[in-house]
Amino acid sequence: MSSFQDTFLQYSWDEIHQSILAKTENDVIRALEKSKRDLEDFKALISPSAKPFLERMAQESKRITKRRFGNTMQMFAPMYLSNECQNICTYCGFSFTNKIPRKTLTDAEILKEVDFIKSKGFDHILLVTGEANTTVGVQYLNNAIQLIRKHFSNISIEVQPLDQDEYELLKTSGLYGVLVYQETYHQEEYKKHHPKGKKSNFFYRLETPDRLGRAGIHKIGLGALFGLEDWRTDSFFTALHLHYLKKTYWQTKFSISFPRLRPFSGGLDPKVEMTDPDLVQLICAYRMLEEDVELTISTRESETFRNNIVNLGITSMSAESKTNPGGYVVDKQSLDQFEISDERSTEVITKMLAEQGIEVVWKDWANNWE
Amino acid sequence: MNITDTLKIADKEFTSRLFVGTGKFSSTKVMREAVLASESELVTVALKRVDASYEEDNMLVGLDHERINLLPNTSGVRNAKEAIFAAELAREALETNWIKLEIHPDPNYLLPDPIETLQAAEELVKKGFVVMPYIHADPVLCKRLEDVGVQCVMPLGAPIGTNKGLKTLDFLEIIIEQSNVPVIVDAGIGAPSHAAAAMEMGADAVLVNTAMAVSKNPIIMAKAFKKGVEAGREAFLASLATINKNAEASSPLTSFLYE
Repeated sequence: MSSFQDTFLQYSWDEIHQSILAKTENDVIRALEKSKRDLEDFKALISPSAKPFLERMAQESKRITKRRFGNTMQMFAPMYLSNECQNICTYCGFSFTNKIPRKTLTDAEILKEVDFIKSKGFDHILLVTGEANTTVGVQYLNNAIQLIRKHFSNISIEVQPLDQDEYELLKTSGLYGVLVYQETYHQEEYKKHHPKGKKSNFFYRLETPDRLGRAGIHKIGLGALFGLEDWRTDSFFTALHLHYLKKTYWQTKFSISFPRLRPFSGGLDPKVEMTDPDLVQLICAYRMLEEDVELTISTRESETFRNNIVNLGITSMSAESKTNPGGYVVDKQSLDQFEISDERSTEVITKMLAEQGIEVVWKDWANNWE
Repeated sequence: MNITDTLKIADKEFTSRLFVGTGKFSSTKVMREAVLASESELVTVALKRVDASYEEDNMLVGLDHERINLLPNTSGVRNAKEAIFAAELAREALETNWIKLEIHPDPNYLLPDPIETLQAAEELVKKGFVVMPYIHADPVLCKRLEDVGVQCVMPLGAPIGTNKGLKTLDFLEIIIEQSNVPVIVDAGIGAPSHAAAAMEMGADAVLVNTAMAVSKNPIIMAKAFKKGVEAGREAFLASLATINKNAEASSPLTSFLYE
């Protein structure tokens, strides 16, 4: 069966990296002036040559986003179900070798967290776990989805990659979307950061969106973790992945996230820094490449950054997030996966958006159609 | 042009991206000369016009040339069942498993029936045909046809025979962007400039008939279409220069980065 691996293997990291750096001002201008842009234009727009054009890119990205999405912002809340994990990931607070108390929520605890999240207005939820297949395997996830299905119109997960039949099972229980970030598309660097556990299998992870597409999952979320490797090259590969998936699974919707490495206890410093202007450039470039793709920003980013980025292409965001299992009410002190930066309440975020003329959308799905 | 720029459909490679139809010409002789002048390598023939009992059917004799591949079409059928029957007859009569699937129950505008076309396409693919469906410029239908295994899609630019050009432009753009099989713009192309425009957009080929056949000089018009298609293709490959859009002055969005 063909998959993204076939496409991926036709590209060399170093060649792509060099070709992005070689993009000229003329390449950027050409990309700016086109109405439909391709991956070469995307390279130009994320290249260092595009930096002087950042304001123009922001204006264009805003224009496209308003035209396609209007003055709205989809809201979602993450709910961490477990911090148990058998993987070693050098950058993650849940990494197997980190000596932290491990916790997995029970049904009763899940429902307590649900009550709190619902009370804030959220109707789209993202369930998050580490990778611990015996305690937090498919059966656990299936049970959790069934348990919360009547409380949320839209349920997504960000958990370990699964097999196609497992995704099919979760879909029947009410699963809408799956986020699975490659972290980095640099194979050797990936190995260094994921030395042990199931996650060390680069290609099994790389082909996860193919399995999701075949399983008919409605939305697939892609992304790279910025800080591990050159963000420009990783973003090109993410865009290439998206391009391949859109062509192959035409009924699927896609989203892109932009996680930057955040501090956590015992953590890793970013190898390659991604500055705020870099991230703005990237978000605008994605919007200019893919007018319909959902672009998501989390509470990893600062208040000022989030206040400004909501006008530049972002269409979906979280608020008041907790990144520890039970973090909303059950066990507020359990250890975070990473430190969040924007700690403002949902009410404050909603108000900030309203002041900028952006209406919050809580519900944009019905999960009882199938 | 780059010698490697060929169009592959199923097991065949084409150097020319101009496909032509053979109806409406004033004589078989003119038709043959026009087809040869166009340098087309894929030529459609309406099965209903072929008389298989006739040992030397004029039309087919006129198209006997090593460069020319015959593409029988099912013009005249009104539903999937008839189309499948016609395709099987064509396979026998013309010894090719290629079929241009045309189902237009409406005898006036000859607009294709999407439901019957999808059904027939699925069945014909299973029977081993290389199916080239003539359809509306409907992006979802194109994906559904691709899913059942057609080898290309042939969306219309305008109602057949109208010479109106690319009236469906916005939808053709989406189809070209999304398609994993060649997109051949069929019907409505009335001038070489229309053919060039379709190719500039990224269409893989165009099919022309009426504009050539009813021209005052079909042979010269055939050459003009050949040039139009080539010019459009080359422009596409060279990436068109863009129209300069002056940025509008508006309040700065990125100043927060430097505060």
